[in-house]
Amino acid sequence: MLYTVIKKNLYQDSVSLMLLTNHLSAVEGVTQVQVMMGTPANKDIFKSSGLYTEELEEANPSDLCIVVDTDDESVVENVVEETDSYLNSQTEASQQSTIPTVRTWEMAENKLPTADVALISIAGEHATAEANKALDRGLNVFMFSDNVPVEDELQLKTRAQEEGLIVMGPDCGTGILDGVPMAFANVVEKGNIGIVGASGTGIQEVSSIIGRNGSGVSQAIGTGGRDLSSEIGAITTIRGLQVLDQDPETDVITYISKPPAPAVREKVVEVFKTLSKPVVAIFMGDKPREAHDNVHYTWTLEDTARKALELANGSNHYSCNFIEDKDLQKIKENNQQRYIKGYFCGGTLANEAAMVIEDALKLDASHEHPEGMMLQYEGHEVVDLGDDAYTQGRAHPMIDPTLRVEKVEEAAADDETAVILLDNVIGYGAHDDMAGVFAPVIEKAKQQAASEGKAFVAIASVTGTEEDPQVFQDQVDKLKAAGVIVTESNAQATKLAVEMVNYLNGENSEVENIDNAEVENDKVQALISNKPRVINIGLRNFADAIMEHGGDVVQYQWAPIAGGNKRLAKILEKLK
Amino acid sequence: MEYQSIQEANEAVTQQILESQPFLLDVVPAKDVISELDGKVLLHAGPPIKWENMTHPMQGSCIGATLFEGWADNEDDAKKMLESGEIKFVPCHSVDAVGPMGGITSANMPVVIVENKVNGKRAYCNLNEGIGAVLRFGAYNDEVINRLKWMKDILGPALSKALKQIDGGMNVNVTVAKAITMGDEFHQRNIAASALFLKDIVPYLLTADLPEKELQEVTQFLADTDQFFLNIMMATGKVVMDSAAEIEEGSVITALSRNGDEFGIKVSGLGDQWFTAPVNTPDGLYFSGYSTDDANPDMGDSAITEAYGVGGMAMIAAPGVTRFVGTGGFNDAVETSDEMREICVGNNPNLSIPTWDFQGACLGIDIRKVVETGITPVINTGIAHKTAGIGQIGAGTVRVPLECFEKALEALAEKYGVEVE
Repeated sequence: MLYTVIKKNLYQDSVSLMLLTNHLSAVEGVTQVQVMMGTPANKDIFKSSGLYTEELEEANPSDLCIVVDTDDESVVENVVEETDSYLNSQTEASQQSTIPTVRTWEMAENKLPTADVALISIAGEHATAEANKALDRGLNVFMFSDNVPVEDELQLKTRAQEEGLIVMGPDCGTGILDGVPMAFANVVEKGNIGIVGASGTGIQEVSSIIGRNGSGVSQAIGTGGRDLSSEIGAITTIRGLQVLDQDPETDVITYISKPPAPAVREKVVEVFKTLSKPVVAIFMGDKPREAHDNVHYTWTLEDTARKALELANGSNHYSCNFIEDKDLQKIKENNQQRYIKGYFCGGTLANEAAMVIEDALKLDASHEHPEGMMLQYEGHEVVDLGDDAYTQGRAHPMIDPTLRVEKVEEAAADDETAVILLDNVIGYGAHDDMAGVFAPVIEKAKQQAASEGKAFVAIASVTGTEEDPQVFQDQVDKLKAAGVIVTESNAQATKLAVEMVNYLNGENSEVENIDNAEVENDKVQALISNKPRVINIGLRNFADAIMEHGGDVVQYQWAPIAGGNKRLAKILEKLK
Repeated sequence: MEYQSIQEANEAVTQQILESQPFLLDVVPAKDVISELDGKVLLHAGPPIKWENMTHPMQGSCIGATLFEGWADNEDDAKKMLESGEIKFVPCHSVDAVGPMGGITSANMPVVIVENKVNGKRAYCNLNEGIGAVLRFGAYNDEVINRLKWMKDILGPALSKALKQIDGGMNVNVTVAKAITMGDEFHQRNIAASALFLKDIVPYLLTADLPEKELQEVTQFLADTDQFFLNIMMATGKVVMDSAAEIEEGSVITALSRNGDEFGIKVSGLGDQWFTAPVNTPDGLYFSGYSTDDANPDMGDSAITEAYGVGGMAMIAAPGVTRFVGTGGFNDAVETSDEMREICVGNNPNLSIPTWDFQGACLGIDIRKVVETGITPVINTGIAHKTAGIGQIGAGTVRVPLECFEKALEALAEKYGVEVE
């Protein structure tokens, strides 16, 4: 039975509400629950999730709507109580902070007149307008928001270029500006390796490996995944490369990209040639080319980090441990169990895993990736659960593990599954204990399998550093304790999975290991030469991380103009 | 319009506020300065309202005023006169006046005259009666009527004699600027300003040639009445905001007021028109034995103080009363004032607030910012019992309904030829 509670005029941003929904799901007796603002789009989501009720008809975009599916009406009261206490304790927490909070651009500028970048993480449909307001004020833009139309991206980037500014993103997951983490980022020591990347988790993986090997990152500039499309033409990528070339703290430039449009790729390579510093570049999925003009190409993210480290330090400690697993024998007895199931929260990590598997197993898989399905071949499956298809009405899997837990449970119960492959991306903004969520899930699944006389292997890598709030080693230890094999990198995790499958299939093929050694201005400049001064529009914990690392920050508590009333918003636009 | 933009017009409006020089000139019977009070006429708070729509406390005030004026000699007759329409009602705001709570003002009640020396404009407000059973909360027993008579016969003339000795009148800006550094926000708390007023007026009372008994009664009354300055502040707010309204352009609030039924606002670019919506009931702390169920809906012209930028808009100036008005601790008061600043044109350097890092009080509420952010002005207010005569039962805050601003914005769009589908 569905019960509806509508709280009038209580605006909360969607991330808070997703976290709240997650929290409420745990209330005893709740079959299903959803909390959202009463916008038309959200009402559609209620409909599609089978939680639509007549009462929602009346709800306004500024009304908080709770729909509970439960057999016991008394549960509804508990849900409402939990909601109130959750929203209230949130306010208390924010009151303790010393980060100034504002509600308008004017006051944001009053509180931080020296601001040089806006970090935008509000819903995509509103993000472009706010990004333009930031550019109006001469601010660089870091756009975490996704679901921004490509034509908006082009307008913003073209405008920024003309005005001597840079737009990082949209859908820019991470960045490091003069040692200060932006959005999802790992705590990496300051060093001499600069990164430009079209991939959030790619940047995180590379910078984490750099950090764990005692080196550091000068800057990490995210471009957003579409920067390399032919529509955008790598505007931000090129700008970022040039800025790092001028940056006195950067000695080596690392470039990480998802597969680009061919013409754009050539354009970027031409820019590499003009740079005065050595470049290590990875175009995910492309076989590395010959090195040229001080430009080195790599195959995996780990290779990229190693090569950058080598160039930055003149040293190279490549090591890789292979672990024998006793469960493999048991798996070998079951002829069906020959497949890898990979569930990722990092898009680039999923892409890397798919690429390594395809290559090593010589699969002729489709390169279309609908709904984050990075690889689907016979029983092999690699899914990017951070894909938009999975994040509508739900937080990103780096924050909310619910869906991934379900996938892992399903895979563990699936007779075809030999290896479950996972990533664990830690750092600011990410779930505070992902290993703690998955350890019991895997442990239980292993016990279940054992009770049926079966087994499966779980392999994971952790992307992050010891300085991250979740602590790299703690996460590794928790996973290991649950029987998960934890490797140094995502590439190694995948290679190990492939070797196991080859072994199970009785083949002897080696994973191809390409030896890299043989193959081988302005306001933006000002932005990276000092700790960033940030107007943070959206997710509040991004502001906390910035402040903790010495950046100046103002929290702009954003809400839709005129409470979402489009007519009034238009009048306001014109009444100047 | 003669300004390039609404922003420029708003700056002209706020400049009028900053340049105003309000002086307290005199205390006189209302009928001497308000020509409309020439027959059976009562002034009331807020936008126009009919007898039948008034809440009980305002009706009680009307009965009290009818008895005070001697139009009737008992409650029943007074009620009949009021019900029959024999007594006309006029909003205070329409006759250069303001009145707290019910705002009921009649011909023979003494009023303060505050003049803006810049343009000669004047505004009026009745005198504060103190606390307990008082007319403004709807009480009309003998004690109330006798006090009103004493105010008419003794207090008003005494203050008039004292004020007339001050050349040019008493400079209100000086008192306000001092008192805001002493913890007053001029709506819920006026104790510092009232004390300063007493300090400044006493020498002149002593030389006003008053009989000793009267002198004693008057000084005792002023010493006892912590909110005495509120009514002076209200007249000041009225004359300053009416001066600002002379610009006749822009989107700045020039009046905030409520009559127990509707909340009304006026806007600098929209002339004398009220934009109204149903009032809210205040939130706050109640004296023991009372609760929200007993509360009368919001009323009074005293929100002119918030229009001027003090009262709830300057919550942080008065940390002492923040908890009393239900806003919690010091940090909450900072937050409230920071929030109010979001909807204003600027800060008023004449009213520097020490507890707000010496920022000036809020200056000029811009209706565009209110609609954009959904942040509505917060009003500090007393809470009346819904039954006439019981009086004040608590204090708290109340928000101006957003609808008033949305309606005004639509009207402003029409005035400036902005069309949207």
